[in-house]
Amino acid sequence: MDFQYTSFILSVVIASTPLLLAATGELVAERAGVLNLGVEGMMLVGAIAAFAVAVTTGSSTLGILAGVGAGVLTSLIFALLTLSFLSNQVATGLALTIFGTGLSALIGKAYVGMVVARLPQIHIPGLSDIPFFGPVFFGQDVLVYVSFALVAAVYWFLFRTHAGLVLRAVGNSHDAAHAIGFPVIKIRYLAVMFGGGMSGLAGAYMAIAYNTSWSEGMTAGRGWIALALVVFATWRPFWLVVGAYLFGSIMYLSLYIQGFGVHIPSQFISALPYASTVVVLVAISRDRKRIRLNAPASLGKTFHAAG
Amino acid sequence: MQLKLEPRGFQSKFWSYASPVLAIALTIVTMGVIFLVLGKDPAVSLYTFLIEPLVAENGATELLVKASPLILMGVGISLAYRANVWDIGAEGEFTIGALFGGGVGLAFPDLPFAVLFPAMLIAGVIGGMFWALIVALLRTRFNANEILTSLMLTYIAQLILIYMVTGPWRDPQGFGFPQTAMFSANATNPTIIEGTRLHLGIFFALAAAAAGWLLLTRSLLGFQLRVQGFAPRAARFAGFKENKLVWTALALTGGLAGLAGTLEVTGPIGQLTPQISPGYGYTAIIVAFLGRLHPIGVVFAALLLGLSYLGGEAAQIELALPSAVTGIFQGVLLFYLLGCDTLILYRLRIRSSRPAAVRA
Repeated sequence: MDFQYTSFILSVVIASTPLLLAATGELVAERAGVLNLGVEGMMLVGAIAAFAVAVTTGSSTLGILAGVGAGVLTSLIFALLTLSFLSNQVATGLALTIFGTGLSALIGKAYVGMVVARLPQIHIPGLSDIPFFGPVFFGQDVLVYVSFALVAAVYWFLFRTHAGLVLRAVGNSHDAAHAIGFPVIKIRYLAVMFGGGMSGLAGAYMAIAYNTSWSEGMTAGRGWIALALVVFATWRPFWLVVGAYLFGSIMYLSLYIQGFGVHIPSQFISALPYASTVVVLVAISRDRKRIRLNAPASLGKTFHAAG
Repeated sequence: MQLKLEPRGFQSKFWSYASPVLAIALTIVTMGVIFLVLGKDPAVSLYTFLIEPLVAENGATELLVKASPLILMGVGISLAYRANVWDIGAEGEFTIGALFGGGVGLAFPDLPFAVLFPAMLIAGVIGGMFWALIVALLRTRFNANEILTSLMLTYIAQLILIYMVTGPWRDPQGFGFPQTAMFSANATNPTIIEGTRLHLGIFFALAAAAAGWLLLTRSLLGFQLRVQGFAPRAARFAGFKENKLVWTALALTGGLAGLAGTLEVTGPIGQLTPQISPGYGYTAIIVAFLGRLHPIGVVFAALLLGLSYLGGEAAQIELALPSAVTGIFQGVLLFYLLGCDTLILYRLRIRSSRPAAVRA
C-alpha cells in the first residue's frame, strides 16, 4: 500500500515538473507584458538540444545546459521580431512554434531510436531511505527541486525586489514605465529570454527525465497547457504549483487508468488533459473581474517609444 | 550610428505588397544556407524543393490539390483574424468536418451521387462549424481565450478521429489497419481531369476566395469585421455586436475548414485514416498572413505554401532530407514576413547616436 502511494506521487511529480518549469518562465515574460505563444516550439528545440548533447557527451548536466541555451536562442528570434521589429506577438509566437516543431524534427531525425541515461534521482543516505517521506522529499531528481526553487525565486523577485517591481510596471503600463525612464525593451528582452530558458529546461526535462528517448513532437501540447496554467494561476507564481500538479496528476491518472484495463477507449482518456485545460480556462476566465485585476494590462501590446 | 524605426503615420501600400516578396526572397536564401549546413548542394536542393515539383508530371495539378484546402481555410482564417478572433484550431475543425462528412458517406454509401455527395459536404460544413462554435461559445459566454481553447480542441479532435477509425468505423476487411472502408463511388469527390488527383476542391476554394473577397470589401458584415479588429472601441460606439461578430467569424472559419476536410478525405485520401492532414490547418495560418489577410492574396499564398509540401516530398525522396524541411520553410517564411511587415507602418531611419528626446 505504502509503496503504491510513493510511486504514484513520484510519477505525478515527474509529469508535473515540465509544466511547472515552462509555466514559470512564461509567467515572467507575461508579467513583463509579452505573450509568447512559442512555448511549445521552444520546449521542442530545448528537448532535442538536450537529448542530442546528452547522448553525444553522456552528460546529463551538459544536456540540460544545452536545452536551456537552445531555449534562450529560439526565444531571441521572438524577442527580436516582437520587441525590435514590433511584430504582432500572437502571430510571432505561432511562427516560433511552427518553426521549433520543424527544426526539432529535422535535427531529431538522426536521434530517433537512441536512448539516454535517465537523469538520476538524488540519494541522501539515511534521509532518502525513510519509508514514504524519504523518496518523496529526498529522492527526486535534481530538476524537481530546481523547479520549486525557481518558483520561489520568481515570487521573491517579482514581489520582493525593486527590479521585480520595475518588471511588473513594464508589463502593466509600458508607456508610464518608459516615461519614468525604465528601459522597457531591455527588460522585455530579458524576460523573454528567461521564458525561453525555462521552456528549454522544461524540454530538456521531457527528453532526459520524463522520457529517455526523442520522438517528434514529444511535448504533445504541454507548452500550450503551460500557457493555460499561467491564466489559471492568474499570473501568481505559487498558484502555478497548484495548477502544474493538478495537470500532472490528470496526465498521470490517465496513464494509470489505462493500466488498470478499465473499459474506456484510450483516446478518451488521452483527451482528458486537453479537455481539463478547456474546463479550467473557462472556470477561471468567466470571472472577468479577477482576470482584469491580475492580468498585466499591457500584455500582448506592442511598445514603440517615439522620438 | 543606429537604426531607428519611425512611424509613418499611415499604412504603406507599397510595403504591404513588397513585404511578402522580400520575405519570400529572404526565405529562399535562408533555405539555401540551411541546405548547405545539412551538407547538400544549395542550388540543386533549392531546385528540387521549389522548381522540380512544378515541372514534374502532374506538377501543376498536384500543386492545386495541396493549395485547395489551404485556400479554403486561409480565407476563413483571414476573415477571423481581421476581426481579432485568433482561431488557431482550423486543423481540428478540418478533422471534425471530415468525420461528419465522411460519416454520412459511410452510412449511406448507396445513395445516388447527386444526393449523397452534397449531403456529405453540408455535413462537413456543419461539423467544422460545430467545432469552431464551441470556441465561440467559450469566448463569448465565458471569456475564455480562443487561442488556447481552439488548440486544445484540435488535440481532442485528433483523438476522436483516431478513436473512430480504430474503433466503431474500422473497416472489418481492413486487415486490422486503423482506417475505414474506402468511400463508395457515389461518396467520392470526383477528379476533374482524367489521370490526375485534381478534384472539385479547387472550384470550392476559388469560389470561397471570391465570396470572401465580396464579403470583406462589399458587405456590411465585412466592414464590421474589419472595424472590430482595427478599432474595437469604434465598433462598440457604432453599435456593432462584438459577440455576434465572434460567432460569425468562427462559423465561417469552421465551416470552410470542415468543407476542406470532407473534400480531402473523399478526394485524394479516399477513406478516413488517423492521418488526414499534414498540418494544413496550421499552414493555413501562414497562408492567411502571407496573403495579407485578404481572400485574393490567400490564393497566391496557398500556391507557395502548397509548393512547400511538394518540395518537402521531393527533398525527402531525392535528397534524403526529412520532410520536416517543409515546416522549417514555413516557419522561416512567417518570421521574415512578420519582420518585413514592420515596414508597412514604420520606416527605417539611420541616425547619429545622439540620444533622442524621449517621448512616450
